[in-house]
Amino acid sequence: MYILTLALKSILNRRSTVLLTIVSLALSVMLLLGVERLRADMRESFANTLSGTDLVVGARSGSVQLLLYSVFRIGNPTNNVSWESYQDIRSHKLVAWTVPLSLGDSHRGFRVLGTTPDYFRHYRYGGGEALQIGRGRVFDDLYDAVIGADVARELGYEVGQQIVLAHGAGDVSFVQHDDKPFRVVGILERTGTPVDRTVHVSLSAIEAIHLGWDSGAPVPGRQAGAARIAGQDLEPKSITAVLVGLKSRIAAFRVQRFINEYREEPLLAVLPGVALQELWDTLGIARQALLAISALVVLVGISGMTTTILTGLNERRREMAVLRSVGARPWHIFVLIVGESGVVMLIASVLGVGALYAVQWIAHPLIQSAFGLSLPVHALSAHEWKLLAAALTAGLLVGLVPAYRAYRYSLADGMTIRI
Amino acid sequence: MERGKHAIEIENLRFQWRQGVPVLDLPRLCIGRGESVFIKGASGSGKSTLLSLLGGVLLPQAGTVSVLGQRLDELGSTRRDAFRAEHIGFIFQMFNLIPYLSVLENVLLPCRFSSRRRQRIAQQGLQPEDEAVRLLEHLDLPAMLLHRSVTELSVGQQQRVAAARALIGSPELVIADEPTSALDADRCGSFLRLLLKESASRDSTVVFVSHDARLEGYFSRSVDLTGINRAALEG
Repeated sequence: MYILTLALKSILNRRSTVLLTIVSLALSVMLLLGVERLRADMRESFANTLSGTDLVVGARSGSVQLLLYSVFRIGNPTNNVSWESYQDIRSHKLVAWTVPLSLGDSHRGFRVLGTTPDYFRHYRYGGGEALQIGRGRVFDDLYDAVIGADVARELGYEVGQQIVLAHGAGDVSFVQHDDKPFRVVGILERTGTPVDRTVHVSLSAIEAIHLGWDSGAPVPGRQAGAARIAGQDLEPKSITAVLVGLKSRIAAFRVQRFINEYREEPLLAVLPGVALQELWDTLGIARQALLAISALVVLVGISGMTTTILTGLNERRREMAVLRSVGARPWHIFVLIVGESGVVMLIASVLGVGALYAVQWIAHPLIQSAFGLSLPVHALSAHEWKLLAAALTAGLLVGLVPAYRAYRYSLADGMTIRI
Repeated sequence: MERGKHAIEIENLRFQWRQGVPVLDLPRLCIGRGESVFIKGASGSGKSTLLSLLGGVLLPQAGTVSVLGQRLDELGSTRRDAFRAEHIGFIFQMFNLIPYLSVLENVLLPCRFSSRRRQRIAQQGLQPEDEAVRLLEHLDLPAMLLHRSVTELSVGQQQRVAAARALIGSPELVIADEPTSALDADRCGSFLRLLLKESASRDSTVVFVSHDARLEGYFSRSVDLTGINRAALEG
């Protein structure tokens, strides 16, 4: 329709002022979609991190906290689970398998997880996919390590690489287990979960590197050399958490009750799905608030655009009168002004989506390394399209106001050109 | 479509903006087809109001205005808009052009809104662009200006672009409202000659209003609005 071409040319003619409007709208659209995308992807990422595990067991604390440190490797456990308790859980008649987890050390900012080879057999993520060894093999020697895909990529490690673990979970640690170097024997395929950012070693290895330590520090003269340890009893005294698989899911509540009422020490068993939901719900208000704020930002942008159009309308009465004199009907004038909002919103939306992808492309690795959340770059989801359509519709609806005024002007002015 | 022999026929026209203050009171005014008529009137004599009535933008409170045999008050506002777009070309005092369109695009504007004007051009076996180029050439506008922004043109050139726009698609009636008031005497004369020559070649009727009596001589007939407007006589 020619009148839309006119709208476009008119905008191009005033591009310096319109550009500011477009930029502010594009940023608001980017914010709106970004918040929604973050919400959806976080949820996806959360839900995909653990599947196939019926119960997560740790020392008694909050279920969200237990989930955060055991599965997401965020924060630190308050207490441990004793080896005896672990054995009791393991030998419960309804339990099919258990995977012990021992956390507390790190390697150049990546968490070190002490576990058993069962971990690679039973850990499931996403829709139930198992971990795949990309190169090498599962650990079987004491000082073997299996690293996640991100660890390998970011540190440039290959199978055969010698690594030294550090005590503590921070990025920088001053106490190194440099007397007992490890060797990378396997690299896992990418999963998009915190597994990618984990160094896996055996439980015995965790025990071995802490032999001769007291209260988190090496006692001089008491450390055992790597060679001397081989013969020692490396059964751990305690572990951090346990992943439990049951023979039947129906038994989950019974086993959960058994663990929660365990008398020897205070333990907590959580259903991962329930805890994930709880974790998600705790973020609910913040999420809603963010979405509401970003929607408001879009509205502010739209009102800015409308104000600009309304202000310019008086100066454009001549233009409208000329158009009327060459045969434009009042509704053409209406479409000309609505079209301007439409064109501006459309350009802003396209730019906003572009900016969103640009930001995501840059921020994706940063978010993954900082929060262990995988926010993959993907096409616009149905919900995102809806938000975009809502923003466009809001722009067009608000754009009806100046358009209606222009329509009234053009009826009143006719072809009379008022200077 | 039935056509009267008059391009414009006004009977007992009365118009007032405010109650009790008549602006126009014309017992009768007829303009034949193909005539070029100069309507003379001092400012405030109701010239612009008369043009709005002829264009069907305003309707009289009493009497009738017929254009090309069609009584404008018998048409609804939408039909009047369409009628105006199809049959009448306008030229105004100044700033006639859309600043963000090129010379060519400005001339082509009426063709965008009127299928009849497009058809007229097509009947000659031409594209609207060809016709626009031809018109501009006849009106002495160099071809190099075609794709220029109209803001780069002199006032005289702008008025000739406006004339080309009014004439494109050969509307039966061309209404001009003081189009030469911003031009000096030389340019004014050449503008009028070109406009009248071009409209004559299309058999378009020209109604030209101005307060400048010196222009009378260019036209086939002159009407003194102040003389026939009873409202002005009373006032």
